[in-house]
Amino acid sequence: MIEVAHLVKTFGDLAAVDDVSFRVEPGECVGFLGPNGAGKTTTMRTIAGIFPPTSGTVRVAGHDVVREPDAARRALGYFPEHAPFYPELTVEEYLVFVARAKRLPRAARPHTVARALAACDLGAVRRRLVGTLSKGFRQRVGLAQALLGDPEVLVLDEPTAGLDPTQKREIADLVLSLRGRRTVLFSSHVLPEVAQVAQRVVIVDRGRVVAEDAADALASRLGGSSTLRLRADAPADALCGVAAAVPGVLRAAVEGERVRVEIADEEARAAVSRAVTARGWTILELAGEAPTLEEVFLRLVGGGRETAGTPAREDGARLDPPPAGTEGSPGRGGVA
Amino acid sequence: MIAVLRKELASWFASPLAWVVMALFLALSGFYFYTNLSFFLLNGGFDLTRGLWQYQFVDLLQRNFFLLPLVTMRLFAEERRHGTLELLWTYPLRDAQIVLGKYLAALIVFALMLAGTAVHPLLLLPSGAPVAAGPLVAGYLGLFLVGAAFLACGTFVSSLTDSQVLAAAATYTLLVLFWALTWNEFAVGAPVLWILSGLSLFDRFYTFARGGIDTRDVVFLLLFAAVFLAWTLLALGARRWRGVR
Repeated sequence: MIEVAHLVKTFGDLAAVDDVSFRVEPGECVGFLGPNGAGKTTTMRTIAGIFPPTSGTVRVAGHDVVREPDAARRALGYFPEHAPFYPELTVEEYLVFVARAKRLPRAARPHTVARALAACDLGAVRRRLVGTLSKGFRQRVGLAQALLGDPEVLVLDEPTAGLDPTQKREIADLVLSLRGRRTVLFSSHVLPEVAQVAQRVVIVDRGRVVAEDAADALASRLGGSSTLRLRADAPADALCGVAAAVPGVLRAAVEGERVRVEIADEEARAAVSRAVTARGWTILELAGEAPTLEEVFLRLVGGGRETAGTPAREDGARLDPPPAGTEGSPGRGGVA
Repeated sequence: MIAVLRKELASWFASPLAWVVMALFLALSGFYFYTNLSFFLLNGGFDLTRGLWQYQFVDLLQRNFFLLPLVTMRLFAEERRHGTLELLWTYPLRDAQIVLGKYLAALIVFALMLAGTAVHPLLLLPSGAPVAAGPLVAGYLGLFLVGAAFLACGTFVSSLTDSQVLAAAATYTLLVLFWALTWNEFAVGAPVLWILSGLSLFDRFYTFARGGIDTRDVVFLLLFAAVFLAWTLLALGARRWRGVR
């Protein structure tokens, strides 16, 4: 179980996390979503005990991370963003070191290391130097060190970042296999990835929780997608003209042989379909685009909010919103 | 702590730098032993049981001075560069265990280097040359203690940066300062000189090199190391509280 109550973390004047509270129940897998710089990593690092909170409390498996650091850390497996590693050790040497550092009983170590190697499918590379492995394998080594010793709580910071789709799928399957047995907090800035594995989703932005709900409830609240991709056995230009004339369609534009249609509601989707078939054309494709995180945000916070241009530091700290007129301008991501 | 110590030793011996540093140390100490021995044999009449070793130990100390910062530079700087330090912080390890584990690993490496030079007195034995245990014990103890002080200083500097080169360079600068403190003895007044010579690491060593063991020197060198290790702990703690990598 993870309990975060009124967590605040400031770096100098920057409030990276500003009064965040949520719980992850035992056996639950919660997705932790937010754009870069929303405070995800800072929150997760605080849970992992890397630095203490400025104020508020964090408990891991019932242990306060500040007052009982050893007990909290024994119950925790942490996967840091960008999987750090010792390039000069082999996979197996590294995991044996982690088993010792986690104070696992001596007799249990060989078995535990073997299990972690198997769970992350690392058997074939166990004698290779970690520094010579590909990104996907290194990421799995990072997961293996988190899983080592079967900690009750797993905090995984963007475990799928930078992986190809197959590798992402493998990691997602691994996390899925832990569901019900471990308490998992899994962060990402890609919604579909989180929706795949998480039962519940906590969305943060600018250091605050903006939404928290069951994954399916959130999906229905979001009400499908607002953008359709349409293709029929008709010239794209003509198709575009027909779609644009349908009530409820906000915008239609040709994109190659398809037409991109923005709609106001679900009724418009059916209306587009009827209008196309009424012309005697056959619809070959009518797909809703999965909502991007930006769209989710726009809906959650009522629209009109610029998220992409929020100056943010990679470590989770953020600056105040830019003055009007500079939103989204490139190169404002750094800290002066 | 043992886990960190063993990992450090594994990392050290996996790096080519380790073998270069150790080989350089043994080659240089062998060369100095050869020159010192030749000097004593050719000139004759000197006290071979003490005088030879006095020269040899001062030479060894200066080799340590150049090589030990290369042993400590990576201890924390590399962990910080790779981001592995923050992963260590998520394991049930106290900062003190991390610092001590790394420091002891450096001490063990250094002790192995010193042990390699033990062949020199052994080489003298078959020739019937006089070899007394006393000066050797004092000299090696002095070398080890001053080396321990160097290593603690290097460990501290390494915890302040994520650049190994910077860590080694800054350690040299600090050690040179501790070496050169008393050079300018005529430029400072007696009270200042008293304080400075109290702080000088190298003045402490000459008693050992001459075959004497002064408990004041032993305590000073141990304290010197302890103070730098305590500062290392504070430096790590400060990074944690500020939340920077």
